Amino acid sequence: MNARILPYVLILPVTLFLGVFFLYPFVLVAQQAFSTGDGFTLDNFRDVVSYWKFPISLKNTLLLAALVVPLQLALSLLMATMVSRMHRGRDMVLYIWTIPLGISDLAAGIIWLAIFEQSGFLNSMMSGLGVIDRPMNLLSYQHPGIVFLAIALAEIWRATAIMLVILVAGIGLIPKEYYEAAEVFGASRWKQFLRITLPMLRPSLQTALILRVVLAFEVFAVVAALGGTLFPVLMGEIYSYQFDLQNNGAAAALALIVLAISIFFTLIILRVLRVPKGASI
Amino acid sequence: MTDSVAIAAPAGSTRKAGRYVYAASVFLLCAWVIVPLYFLFINTLSSPETVNSFPKSFVPEFDLGSLTFFAGFNGMLTALKNSILVAGMTMVLSIVIGAPAGYALSRFDFRGKELFRMLVLLTRAFPLPLLALPLAVLFIRTGLDDTAFGLALVHTTLAIPFAVLITFSLFSGIPIELEEAAWTLGCTRFTAFTKVVLPLILPGITASAIFAFVISWNEVFAAAVLTIENRTLPAFLLQTLGEAPLHLKFAGGFILVLPALIFIFAVRKYLFAMWGIANR
Repeated sequence: MNARILPYVLILPVTLFLGVFFLYPFVLVAQQAFSTGDGFTLDNFRDVVSYWKFPISLKNTLLLAALVVPLQLALSLLMATMVSRMHRGRDMVLYIWTIPLGISDLAAGIIWLAIFEQSGFLNSMMSGLGVIDRPMNLLSYQHPGIVFLAIALAEIWRATAIMLVILVAGIGLIPKEYYEAAEVFGASRWKQFLRITLPMLRPSLQTALILRVVLAFEVFAVVAALGGTLFPVLMGEIYSYQFDLQNNGAAAALALIVLAISIFFTLIILRVLRVPKGASI
Repeated sequence: MTDSVAIAAPAGSTRKAGRYVYAASVFLLCAWVIVPLYFLFINTLSSPETVNSFPKSFVPEFDLGSLTFFAGFNGMLTALKNSILVAGMTMVLSIVIGAPAGYALSRFDFRGKELFRMLVLLTRAFPLPLLALPLAVLFIRTGLDDTAFGLALVHTTLAIPFAVLITFSLFSGIPIELEEAAWTLGCTRFTAFTKVVLPLILPGITASAIFAFVISWNEVFAAAVLTIENRTLPAFLLQTLGEAPLHLKFAGGFILVLPALIFIFAVRKYLFAMWGIANR
């Protein structure tokens, strides 16, 4: 086949598929959000925003992302630099650290439930140490801080691995000569990290952060497993609009709000970590 | 390099201390990943009574009570079967549809290449409900609602960006000269591909297929919104979260985790190569 047409033939299936199952549904959801049956309206948005749970779930979602993502960034940077200096046992350590990559948010929620539930391992440890004499119901409305902490820990535990993989791959692409030169000039490890690793890692940092931030706004099953209704988040509200209340318009409107927030933060990350043209390795 | 520096350094004792701190941190971070998994493992291999009792023992009793309860719970095995079915279809669909595009991206320069790359990447940066909500309506119209195939189509949409980018980086790793040599020896573009490139790339393709499997296996939201009768395991567990007894949740969580452990082990060699090039 002609080499001019061939690439288009090869990308045709993906394009068609994404057209039907990505772009078309996107148009549909926008339509749904802006109509209640008769013409263009903002009623759905008004309903969703004025519902008493909206400010709380928006606040919870943003707060969780604001706590979890920076911690994950720091943790994955630390782990990635540790791994890059490792000689023995590198593969083993990397495998262990990337295990959570394959674990779903629901499973992670259940795993941390084993620790935080009333007869769970945290209570067992605390009573073993004599801190408490009766198991406490940690995941209850009396302890909103602990519910938040449990959800944050489960998220950090589960989703740091994806950032780690992206950063380790990025560090692997940095030429060794840079570090050797820095060594010759007597730059400390910390200086090397600040002056070589961080700037050269910018494209990977960008990908990792965008992926994580977008996923942080989609937090859902971890919360369902650990907090239930104690900790409303945006995705959970979309689910209950769609599923419990059967209000498609409201669900669509809220989904668009989540999308707008995601795009807003994606643009910020792209701007802050922009890679100068032609500067990549 | 590290060792020679360490020996040459005058402050040898601080270096040594530094190395202990380093080893301890590696150990702690490994424990941070493994210990919660171990707790789930203890709960799964304990009798339902032990799971609900207090205080917890930190060794498993190797009682299959929780797992048998899970297997006997109404609808659980069907949900497990649905999960495997949907994930299997997602795996096949995303590779069959995605790999040709990955090949095109790595071998050809064509107009609209950047636009196409953008479209693929955008898919990943979008929140999922945007797809699941309207597709529910669309599927009801076309009769695809509440079917494993319908759900597999949605999961394929999720997995395809990864399939395209991963196969793109795999194909880029094979020098085009190999193909050109095959052409001069009388192969057509197609036979050069099947005889030279495909055997080299097959393990990598398998790895990315496994990746697609894991994406589908783990997905909850779309599965919960799009299916009612034919629920996957995560969707079924989510639905029963409120009222299910603890030992059922833990056994379910364990079944969800188990294949993930094996799969990540199987693809560990490819994980980093995939992301290295896929990022640029």
